[in-house]
Amino acid sequence: MSHAKSTFCPGCGQPMTLRALHQALKKQDLESKAVLGLDIGCSLLAWDFLPINTFQTHHGRVVATMNGFKRAKKDSISIAYAGDGGAYAIGLQSLLWAAMRDEPITVIVSNNVVYAMTGGQSAPTTMIGQKTSTNLDPVKQEPMRGPELIKQLNPHAYVARTSMTDMKELNHHMEQAIATQQAGHFSLVEVLSFCPTNWKVAGPDLKAYVENMKKIFPVGVCS
Amino acid sequence: MKRQFLTGHEVAVLACIDAGATHMFGYPITPGTEILTNWIHHTQKNKALEYLQTEDEIAAGFAVCGAVMAGEKTFTATAGPGTVLMQDALSMADGMRLPFVCIVAQRGGPSSGTVIYSQQEVNLAIHGGNGEGMRLVYSPSTVQELYDMTRKTFNGAWKYRFPSVVLTDGFLLKTRQDVVLNTDYPNVEAEPLVHEKEYKHIRNIYTVEEELYEVLQEHKRDFDAMAKEVADYEAYKTEDAEVVIVAHGIVGAATKAAVDMLRESGKKVGLFRPKTLSPFPAEALNNLAEHCPSLCIVESSMGQLRDLVKQALTVSAEIHGLYKPAVGIDVEEIVSFIQENYQ
Repeated sequence: MSHAKSTFCPGCGQPMTLRALHQALKKQDLESKAVLGLDIGCSLLAWDFLPINTFQTHHGRVVATMNGFKRAKKDSISIAYAGDGGAYAIGLQSLLWAAMRDEPITVIVSNNVVYAMTGGQSAPTTMIGQKTSTNLDPVKQEPMRGPELIKQLNPHAYVARTSMTDMKELNHHMEQAIATQQAGHFSLVEVLSFCPTNWKVAGPDLKAYVENMKKIFPVGVCS
Repeated sequence: MKRQFLTGHEVAVLACIDAGATHMFGYPITPGTEILTNWIHHTQKNKALEYLQTEDEIAAGFAVCGAVMAGEKTFTATAGPGTVLMQDALSMADGMRLPFVCIVAQRGGPSSGTVIYSQQEVNLAIHGGNGEGMRLVYSPSTVQELYDMTRKTFNGAWKYRFPSVVLTDGFLLKTRQDVVLNTDYPNVEAEPLVHEKEYKHIRNIYTVEEELYEVLQEHKRDFDAMAKEVADYEAYKTEDAEVVIVAHGIVGAATKAAVDMLRESGKKVGLFRPKTLSPFPAEALNNLAEHCPSLCIVESSMGQLRDLVKQALTVSAEIHGLYKPAVGIDVEEIVSFIQENYQ
């Protein structure tokens, strides 16, 4: 199904998220209308992964870029793909304002609770008790819960959190997010994703790690 | 052709419209705000024009990147600290060769500085990115040139695909002058970077060093080819000059008047005024300096234009200058400076 060979780490969650996105577009015959903008971080590796128009942007700037694209080409399906750092730290200002203005774009956030491309530093979503290369002592602060924050700003938005451990749900939220953009509203799907490389967790234990994340980051549609 | 009496702000916006711009993304900052508010007035009458007041200059810049990728002529306008923030998006435009158009209304710096006037954003306009500074930068000296050069900036951006800047200032933007709007001037067509039926994958980050090196070599070849076509200047009364004053922008206009006054008093003085600061009209400057090696730089900066001149010179020349960062320079001051320093 994928356009090119994956350059993500073995066991990474992002290829599955991207495939779910592709499925949702394909189902509605929207591959040619879709344009995928990538934040910088592991998300940049998706630059030639799907058979849709794709371009890289800058770290934290994909939402602003795709907002510009959508305004200039209103019949496009404009998708911004970012990690938790790009969406909720350096790019938060643009994300909040895109949601506030109800920009008809779809933002997909891969939440793996670390900055992965740079080797596992603390992210806005890093959980209490977690140790990272920038938190040698366990993290004490609450993690950023992006969807809950964003939903408060815009009653028309479709905002959901899901997990790549449940592909059926993931596919459903992707479809809903695209449909919401087509209806002229903002949508965001956060996907709880695997990062075995930086979590230093072996394959069989990844699912349990994400199940634990779900206790902190509740899945489902935000209301 | 319409002759009108207009401010720089009004003219800059009319030039963008006549160039075919359909979108503006901007954030208010003095002295560039009126470009945004004037554009918004036009969007009320002309429904083909759109705008967004963004949350900051960074978002404005990246929205410009997105909109030009979608194939719409789009621009932003900013100043001072906003020009600093704009470098993030301009750097992406450098890397991806996006036809990004930015009108910079220079104000005093560093930091929040002063709010009306300066010539201190030359370095930022050209070299503000984390790369080699391959940008098209025009410096208008009159309201007429502001119109003409804004039209050329859009054409250059879309023809050569380098980010392009109209480098002006609050004085010129607030000035009201007689101007002819040449609506017959032909526009370069806009073209989207991605089309619906052909899938493109566009990078700005490279895994292998040699890949980026090759890309930059290509950019350099294209930039040098562009330079041959667009590098522009005015040489005024330089044929027999014993001293050539080098000035740009609004200071160039004051210098031109100063040259006339100095000529009346018998001083053989001329003006060399780069209209494009990047690419710099190096060949013309060298030809001039060969027969008149006495150059006097006049600028509202501590030497940003002087550095461009020194970089361009391949012949030896004696360089002096009147450097007044963030302060306006009037005709009489230039006349006195030349009379005192060039006996």
